Amino acid sequence: MAKPSYLLFDRNTKAIFWNLNPNAIQRMLDYDYLVGRSPSIVAIVAPTQTRKFEKFFYGTSEILIPIYRSTQEAAEAHPEADVLVNFASFRTAYKVTMEALDIPTIRTIAITAEGIPERFALEMREKAKSLGKWIIGPATVGGISAGAFRIGNAGGTLQNIVNAKLHRPGSVGLVTRSGGLFNELSNVIARNADGIVEGIAIGGDRFPGSDFLDHLLRFQENPQVKFMIMLGEVGGELEYKVAEAIASGKITKPVIAWCIGTIAKHFGGEVQFGHAGAKAGAERETADAKNQALREAGALVPKSFNDLPELIKGVYEELKAKGEITEIEEPEVPPIPEDYNKLRAQGRVRRPSHFVCTISDDRGEEATYCGIPISEVVEKGYSIADVIGLLWFKRKFPKWASDFIDMVIKIVADHGPAVSGAHNARVTARAGKDLMSALATAILTIGPRFGGAIDGAAKYFKMAKDKGMDPYEFVEYMKNVEKKNIPGIGHRIKSVKNPDKRVELLKNYAKKHFPSTEYLDYALEVEKVTTAKKENLILNVDGTIGVLLVDMFKALGYSDKEIDELIEAGAFNAFFVLGRSIGFIGHILDEKRLGMPLYRHPWDDILYIVERPEEE
Amino acid sequence: MAQRGIREFDAKRILAKNWNDYFGGEFEYDFKSILITPETDLDKIPEEHPWVKETALVAKPDMLFGKRGKLGLVLYKVNTPGDVTWEDAKKWIKEKMGEEIEIKGVKGKLTHFIVEPFIPHEQKDEYYVAMTLSDQGDKIFMSAFGGIDVEENWDKVREVTIPILASEEEAFKLIEENIPEEIEDKKTYAEFVKRLYKYFKDLHFAYLEINPLVLKGNKVFPLDMVARLDDTAQFVAGRKWGEITFPAGFGRELTPEEKYIKELDEKSGASLKLTILNPEGRVWLLIAGGGASVVYSDTVADLGFVKELANYGEYSGNPSRTETREYVKTLFDLMTRQKHKSGKPKILIIGGAIANFTDVAKTFDGIIDAMKEYADKLKEVGVKIYVRRGGPNYEIGLARIKKAAEELGLPIEVYGPETHMTAIVKKALVDDEKAESAS
Repeated sequence: MAKPSYLLFDRNTKAIFWNLNPNAIQRMLDYDYLVGRSPSIVAIVAPTQTRKFEKFFYGTSEILIPIYRSTQEAAEAHPEADVLVNFASFRTAYKVTMEALDIPTIRTIAITAEGIPERFALEMREKAKSLGKWIIGPATVGGISAGAFRIGNAGGTLQNIVNAKLHRPGSVGLVTRSGGLFNELSNVIARNADGIVEGIAIGGDRFPGSDFLDHLLRFQENPQVKFMIMLGEVGGELEYKVAEAIASGKITKPVIAWCIGTIAKHFGGEVQFGHAGAKAGAERETADAKNQALREAGALVPKSFNDLPELIKGVYEELKAKGEITEIEEPEVPPIPEDYNKLRAQGRVRRPSHFVCTISDDRGEEATYCGIPISEVVEKGYSIADVIGLLWFKRKFPKWASDFIDMVIKIVADHGPAVSGAHNARVTARAGKDLMSALATAILTIGPRFGGAIDGAAKYFKMAKDKGMDPYEFVEYMKNVEKKNIPGIGHRIKSVKNPDKRVELLKNYAKKHFPSTEYLDYALEVEKVTTAKKENLILNVDGTIGVLLVDMFKALGYSDKEIDELIEAGAFNAFFVLGRSIGFIGHILDEKRLGMPLYRHPWDDILYIVERPEEE
Repeated sequence: MAQRGIREFDAKRILAKNWNDYFGGEFEYDFKSILITPETDLDKIPEEHPWVKETALVAKPDMLFGKRGKLGLVLYKVNTPGDVTWEDAKKWIKEKMGEEIEIKGVKGKLTHFIVEPFIPHEQKDEYYVAMTLSDQGDKIFMSAFGGIDVEENWDKVREVTIPILASEEEAFKLIEENIPEEIEDKKTYAEFVKRLYKYFKDLHFAYLEINPLVLKGNKVFPLDMVARLDDTAQFVAGRKWGEITFPAGFGRELTPEEKYIKELDEKSGASLKLTILNPEGRVWLLIAGGGASVVYSDTVADLGFVKELANYGEYSGNPSRTETREYVKTLFDLMTRQKHKSGKPKILIIGGAIANFTDVAKTFDGIIDAMKEYADKLKEVGVKIYVRRGGPNYEIGLARIKKAAEELGLPIEVYGPETHMTAIVKKALVDDEKAESAS
């Protein structure tokens, strides 16, 4: 590697990102684009993903980043990557890190997960140290090498990155525990000095993989770093190592240091302030004791956090006066394309939509049917028919209409195994196909000849009545003009003397509960004409349902035009499709239960008339 | 959190639960301990544990504080050591239950006791062993001079550090090499410590102490145990621990509000923490971020208002709007129970650093929801709100909270990242107060 050992990252650093976390990955790539370097992430590791690539933006163009099942695989394909950004969960992060440490091409691992057991943290740290490798974290946002490389979410929004001058190197080396304060201090440094060269948040746990001193020693060697800032915390003794290094002359550049958590002394060590590592077990571990030790060692220690900005400004101005720091020429920042979703949320962009939905909404805390949360549908005891009302017609039906729909669905649910739909369902199920395929073949038989009579009856009876045809005229019209049987009239066995009980039930219900039954009445007049010709030309169950649905929609206030549109759209037929699917599924499950073999139609049931074509 | 103390009872229960896996074959442990809580029906104990009627007993509080012998809180004799019957123990516990005592300046009530058989032994049989996870590795402390005076005899304690990556053989070798001279049966003691070390590691203890440890042949009597577990290792060792509770430190029982937030925190991927310091305090903190929350608390104390600091807490890790609302409502509820004794309005600091990825607008929406619900109560006790925050969508968040507070008639001042993080604390507690008293 060409970069000096005190640098963990430069503008050519390539990283493997563990865990498909699209937001964090995109933020890293946005940073790369902002600082004018090539994309830093060359591979993603996600063991449970089946995809081979994922798309991301680099500026306005889209790039593909390959996804691998294991770190090993990713590292073999991308030996140029020496950084692993480990976004695995606290359950997995340890295992991922221990494996990655064994991969020779990986030198630095940043671990974000919070809540990794302390023993695991120590094992990771010791293993990394024994191999001369680096761990940043756990429980950290990571860090930034200004103008070169960003770990995950460090630095926050791009706007903040530019404001806090994290997009180009300044003169300061920064190391903190906390990620939020890392960001905060970068901002303070940008306002009171010229920004950071590199900043690392070592994480809030008791045993960070690398600590304050590890990074400050790198900064000491890095000629770009002119002075350093360390933000320590109550608890632990890591800051003493820094004090010793300053006192012994290992660190010679100016160090501004402050340990937060001076509050703890007021509460007798009983209250956990801040991070997991932030509890003083002894006087030595208090913020005050550490601040004092740092001060005595020669670090520049302010009176309080509030006084930090002034102190930073003072050191910066002094080094500038000495000529050690020169004015930086600010680089031009390319405009970063705004994210569409973000702008939309802010109401700053619009786009015509491609779909419109007026029946349901799944965007809120709970999905709604026509504005009514599903839980309310259940709690208020809505029936299936009520749900049909909401989702098909966007209405809360009155009880008489819901009960009628319920009755219709019950009546059409099945008609035995012999009808074409059920037959198809059974044949397909016996061919070993799944429920969906068998159901689909059954539903596909529904049409003008099978189950289409509801639609047809509604259409023709309504047309006839609306045009003012008298029943005799209508019968003649169907025969002479349309040249077809009247849909909804006629039954194989039932007749005037042997009425269909289902039809009786429907008629009685409608007479009793419907506000009006004018179309039924008209159809019954037609029936009188047809049964006079032939006993079995009665208004059958399909016809009854068809005309009663017209009556129902009329009574619900639908206009003639609206009802015609419903028929045209297939809404009437839909009641048959829905109801009969119950039966179809029954037939399919029956076949599955019975385990009957593949059906083959018997030869003797087929009339074979096969002739060889005449030869030319 | 990470390292959490557990009760002596649990330390022994876990040891017994895992005994066969770690000590089986070689050692025997007859686990007989009873945990007594305010809910325990003392009259049922002899039924459930008939041995209490058959043996002399020891009873002591089990509430994470030590030196119970020196505090006179161990019942092991009425007239002579080893003469405590169940009736004696019952009477003693009834007397002590609910008694207020003071430990290191912290007052609290006695609520939990452990009852065990009295094990007759001589002082010379009292060994000591302790293990702790440290920055340098696992430290093991061993001594032939255990018992209540171990600290006075600390010079006789042998300390050995096992490097964190040491193999089992290396660790065992280090233990063997460091067994104190004074121990009579070194082989048995070493064997026990080796097994205990493996147990300590596997179960993710942060600290484990047996003092005194009495060994009679292959029979082990851990007369007293102190233990801390690394609670983040729940997903690794939770099954070996069994059902465990981590009690708050003595005298630091959680208030219902703290408990509620703790439960909220445990269910969430985000972090929500609340500690009530002084419910009558005037300064209330609603701070985002583990580091920033400490800095704000420091600043309040630096300015001389530590006595008025009502709470410590933080929310971070991008909590949802609902989680934020619940967190803030809990705080507002506490805050609006009474006016401040001075009659002055309470100060609410809504602060935070510049967030890395927490959506400021979203979390502020949660705060605004709670504000709307508590607007009347907040006005009743009087409150002045100071806001400072940066991060994703902060402009939107700041504008919304300002508008909402103004519409609700709550006095508010709002600042972004251009203002130093803790400047609002000084403004609220010093500058504005001065201006107020001057006018």
